[in-house]
Amino acid sequence: MALFQIAEPGESAAPHEHKLAIGIDLGTTNSLVATVRSGLPIVLSDEQGRPLLPSVVRYLKDGACETGYAAQAHQASDPKNTVVSVKRFMGRGIKDIAHVEAMPYDFVDAPGMLKIKTCAGVKSPVEVSADILRTLRERAESALGGELVGAVITVPAYFDDAQRQATKDAAKLAGLNVLRLLNEPTAAAIAYGLDNAAEGIYAVYDLGGGTFDISILKLTKGVFEVLSTGGDSALGGDDFDHRIFCWMLEQARPQPLSPQDARLLMTKAREAKEFLSTRNEAPIDARLASGESIDLTLPVETFASITQTLISKTLQSVKKALRDAGLKAEDIKGVVMVGGATRMPQVQRAVGEFFKQEPLTNLDPDKVVALGAATQANLLVGNHTGDDDWLLLDVIPLSLGLETMGGLVEKVIPRNSTIPVARAQEFTTFKDGQTAMAIHVVQGERELVDDCRSLARFELRGIPPMVAGAARIRVTFQVDADGLLAASAREQTTGVEAAISVKPSYGLSDDEVAGMLKDSMTHAKDDAVRRALKEAQVEAQRMIEATRAALESDSHLLAADEIVKIEAAIEKLQLTMLGDNRRHINLAMDDLGFVTQTFAQRRMDQNIKRALAGRTVEELQQEAGE
Amino acid sequence: MDFNADHFTLFGLPRAFRLDARMLDSRYRELQAQVHPDRFTAASDADKRLSMQWATRANEAYQALKKPLERANYLLHLAGHDVQAESNTAMPVEFLMEQMEWREATAEARAGRDHLELERLFQRLRDDLDAHYEALAGLLDDQNDHAAAAEAVRRLMFLEKLLIEIDDALASLED
Ligand SMILES: Nc1ncnc2c1ncn2[C@@H]1O[C@H](COP(=O)(O)OP(=O)(O)OP(=O)(O)O)[C@@H](O)[C@H]1O
Ligand SMILES: [Mg+2]
Repeated sequence: MALFQIAEPGESAAPHEHKLAIGIDLGTTNSLVATVRSGLPIVLSDEQGRPLLPSVVRYLKDGACETGYAAQAHQASDPKNTVVSVKRFMGRGIKDIAHVEAMPYDFVDAPGMLKIKTCAGVKSPVEVSADILRTLRERAESALGGELVGAVITVPAYFDDAQRQATKDAAKLAGLNVLRLLNEPTAAAIAYGLDNAAEGIYAVYDLGGGTFDISILKLTKGVFEVLSTGGDSALGGDDFDHRIFCWMLEQARPQPLSPQDARLLMTKAREAKEFLSTRNEAPIDARLASGESIDLTLPVETFASITQTLISKTLQSVKKALRDAGLKAEDIKGVVMVGGATRMPQVQRAVGEFFKQEPLTNLDPDKVVALGAATQANLLVGNHTGDDDWLLLDVIPLSLGLETMGGLVEKVIPRNSTIPVARAQEFTTFKDGQTAMAIHVVQGERELVDDCRSLARFELRGIPPMVAGAARIRVTFQVDADGLLAASAREQTTGVEAAISVKPSYGLSDDEVAGMLKDSMTHAKDDAVRRALKEAQVEAQRMIEATRAALESDSHLLAADEIVKIEAAIEKLQLTMLGDNRRHINLAMDDLGFVTQTFAQRRMDQNIKRALAGRTVEELQQEAGE
Repeated sequence: MDFNADHFTLFGLPRAFRLDARMLDSRYRELQAQVHPDRFTAASDADKRLSMQWATRANEAYQALKKPLERANYLLHLAGHDVQAESNTAMPVEFLMEQMEWREATAEARAGRDHLELERLFQRLRDDLDAHYEALAGLLDDQNDHAAAAEAVRRLMFLEKLLIEIDDALASLED
């Protein structure tokens, strides 16, 4: 423990020197920077006194860029070079992004993470975020008049490894020393808890521009302990805008929109949404490039009804988080509301009804995350003295797992494990003399690899050649306090440290590794696998034919929605049959079996009734006796 | 403090199944307050790594002791009496029948999208589990009967898994 004492906070060379530390809320819509001054957290405003920095970056022909309000002013006139809501793209590929069609950008797909073509060159979301962070860093440096020791950057609790890694990379690119990635709802809880000397179990409901988080925390004196977390890293106020946007198109049916018009209508949609937080109806009018004009009125009830499914989606995550924590809604002492989108009355109403209590809205939902981040940064650099101290215990939001045979996932570290956390897993070779092995790490809750997010592919080389099954390779997965994953490996029987290369999937530029994984995994068992696949395909075909025949003769036993479900399951099975994954085919068969269960029962009943109709017991007994 | 000490020693707690949960919580927090990476953001890389390993160790030990099933497993492991969950799967017939009934009831409620019934099953199983853990405490702490305790643990593994299944079913209704 000697090592620890040297580094004890507050015991640095000059114990009473105040170190400059900041907290940054890097939001989808707005970003902020805050610091602690004279013991109080404050948001640092720009020269015009504006605390928020719109998370907008506009690239210019000369290679320069403008950020914030200046960039925002051009979003409709220069949509291709003006990037908004870039946070949605962090650690994401094009296929991950919803509503790409409504976006004006020229996307360039790159493995793992997309890029955007602008007049200043092709920009990755990491670079765009770095431009926002740099603006905030400069703002802080000029306000504080000195060099920053470090920054706490917040991320949605539900961000996965790729999104976190991308955020950390962006901060480094912006010249910041990252003290910690801090989950946004946890930051809010710190700000709230310290301010109110709160104790008990609290829920933080954070609906921002592009993300939704729910965290359940236990606050006791000196400890913030996250019990569980959940959410959706692609659900926020933007989606409410999009619903209004779709409603407008449906009502007005304009000609196909130019990128400028699409942006204009999205802006109008957002204005209407915000207007409806205090009014009963919102007028929407816009003049399009085509000369068409849109003139509509959106009543608050209509708005509530077209966005109801979005709110129920958030409540599903809330339920799941409560279940994960082993708690019921009644156990929650207070619900802290965070994020601009929680200003919508229907959101407050729904949350209030769910928890059967008024949510806490006394904190400024825009600032609370940044204030909490600054408070934590101040603690981390050791500006605190004596009692004024707390411990923060956070969790990993999504399970980590490994790909096993057949594209299935084996969980290694379950979601909501307190970080830092590590697990070791043993592997062996399955070919004689095998010296290399590929391991695929995924993140998510689903059973199939394809439904989870690919995090990294590790290549183990230098395994001493042995007979199949003799090598014992122990791979250790370590998730650090930022929620980031690292791995190391060692061959147990010989003690040889196997060389390991860990690449985040978004940095993966060669398909070789992927190919290698597939090869080594399937080669030995190729023939057996092929045969099993063929069998599964034949069985699936038989099942489809049988179901079709039953539908033809007995569809009167089914309600319309039941038929739709069965047909959907048939279709899905037909699709998976075309592929070469036996497990998928089996799962699809199970699904079809499941949705036809009642149907089969009803057909059976019908047949029995038919068979019995008009016969005597004697006849039946005779038949049975034959 | 010894990095390789057993979990009970690490927290200065008696090696027993019956455990003062509040004491465990506070010991765990005291330890984390010392070793957590948040205390070492300005330290050298080596110290940072050490801090992460210690904090990881504290979390691992806490998890192993916090949940009763894992605590029982760990106690049996310390006593040199591993549960052999994989190789020893023999179970009395009536226990297996009971399991089948639970599973069928769950599947039926799931298929019928019967939320209330699932909640009811969940609660009933929870109560059941509590009673089982009472009995297990007697076997481990009073009777010192490791063989019977291992058998009880194997049953509890089934039941805990069932609880998760019901929970999953509840979750699936919400999707
Ligand atoms: N008065 C209001 N009524 C309704 N919505 C509002 C209101 N004010 C702001 N919003 C919405 O809140 C969202 C922005 O919230 P916030 O600034 O908290 O998000 P963010 O931190 O940028 O995003 P995230 O946390 O998801 O990364 C936008 O969708 C905005 O339209
Ligand atoms: Mg936010």
